[in-house]
Amino acid sequence: MQLPIYLDYQATTPVDSRVLDEMLPYFTEKFGNAASRSHAFGWSGEEAVEKARKQIAGLIGASPKEIVITSGSTEGINLAMKGAAEMYGSKGKHIITSLVEHKAVLDTAKHLEKEGFEVTYLTPDRNGRISVEQVREALRDDTILVALIWGNNEIGTLNPIREIGALCHEKNVLFFTDGTQAAGKIPVDVIADNIDLMCLSGHKLYGPKGVGALYVRRRNPRVRLVAQMDGGGHERGMRSGTLNVPGIVGLGAACEIAQQDLEKDAAHTMALRTRFEEKVTKALDHVHINGDIENRLPNCTNISFNYVEGESLIMGVKDLAVSSGSACTSASLEPSHVLRACGVGDELAHSSIRFGFGRKTTEAEVDFAADQMITAVSRLRELSPLYEMVQEGIDIASIDWSGGH
Amino acid sequence: MAYSDKVLDHYNNPRNVGSLDKQSNTVGTGVVGAPECGDVMKLQIEVEGDRIVDAKFKTFGCGSAIASSSLATEWIKGKTVDEAMQIKNTEIVEELSLPPVKIHCSVLAEDAIKSAIADYKAKSGEKKEG
Repeated sequence: MQLPIYLDYQATTPVDSRVLDEMLPYFTEKFGNAASRSHAFGWSGEEAVEKARKQIAGLIGASPKEIVITSGSTEGINLAMKGAAEMYGSKGKHIITSLVEHKAVLDTAKHLEKEGFEVTYLTPDRNGRISVEQVREALRDDTILVALIWGNNEIGTLNPIREIGALCHEKNVLFFTDGTQAAGKIPVDVIADNIDLMCLSGHKLYGPKGVGALYVRRRNPRVRLVAQMDGGGHERGMRSGTLNVPGIVGLGAACEIAQQDLEKDAAHTMALRTRFEEKVTKALDHVHINGDIENRLPNCTNISFNYVEGESLIMGVKDLAVSSGSACTSASLEPSHVLRACGVGDELAHSSIRFGFGRKTTEAEVDFAADQMITAVSRLRELSPLYEMVQEGIDIASIDWSGGH
Repeated sequence: MAYSDKVLDHYNNPRNVGSLDKQSNTVGTGVVGAPECGDVMKLQIEVEGDRIVDAKFKTFGCGSAIASSSLATEWIKGKTVDEAMQIKNTEIVEELSLPPVKIHCSVLAEDAIKSAIADYKAKSGEKKEG
């Protein structure tokens, strides 16, 4: 077994070797600019991009013309939200999102607030889920956009996207979903799921980093966006810039494989997750699984190990590559905004670790990881004054911690 | 985040982990921090005459917090109560090469020492007056 064991598949995934093989010629002999119309180098680039567009569209049930290539989901989110807000801002100034979104959505929403938009941030239930009823209650006559994550990147909770999409269509409000973690992990059908805009990212589904796609619906309704990057008018004017042909080829190949192997991948990761959760919860007391157990991405679990602090725990399992939450926010010492929004107390949020299982993860790795976690948690609980108090029957919540800082 | 070798050493081999009898009049207990802040330190001292003859700790917190409290117990053992009162958090920062975001761990360790001493003094004061 090769150490450390990678269990952070929500942060990124390795490029599948089949994907890499497809990409390589487009760095060297097939290096043409896909926008060059006057020679064979350009034609082969364009052909490759159009093939990839079909593969990407195929994964999500879209038509190739509805795929706008981006640099990844952060760009897709910015383009979808700002592009829609600018295009439809004269119709209304109200946007609905939630407190458990990725920072890219939350920061874009804050940006739009400064531009004069009003944003409603829905609070999820304890499991991180937003209900159709919540959206219905928040909708106003001037609502132009609902932006909600499909599969949460920290806890894996799946929102009822199809139902929320249906509501948005009934009310003539655009519906954007951040499908970064969901695409390639669960079935996605933008038509049946009533989605108008959806972003995905290559490196989350065994494709390369720096490339992603935004689905932009073309009929019922036809969605128009104001470009956020001006230039040569690539991507039907929605996203200028020379196309990253090798990256796009990689994204296309990754999407095709993800589509073919969707059920197999999901069954594989879910079995590993169950195995891991069962081992850990059997061996340790005061362990809590975060997120919606019934409606969850198959490859993700987020576990609170009460009375043990997360950073010290990660330090204690140096043979495991895991995270205490989003890679994008782990530079800060604040507990996860997602767990906070779910009403998980700061104390428990500080004790939470996210585990992600992937295509190449093995049972032996999962067993090793579970044993490492059990050992580290047990050791740190020996060191924990809180665990000691609990063993003595003291209610920690009843203690006045006001001397704290 | 990269930890210094000394932090790693204290994290992997923490000194003086455990608990002393908090009911004893010769034992002072300090509990500082708060669970929602991600740090709670419990530091205990046993005093004979005016000298700290034993010290124990338990810490809920990051590696730097564990190291700061482990180091604190190491330093105060054998010192007089007055000498232990002189330990400054900056000395802990220096010894463990703590980065700026972890300075609060050293502050907490200093607070824990002072809190344990205050508890001991309160107890022994009561005893003498009684």
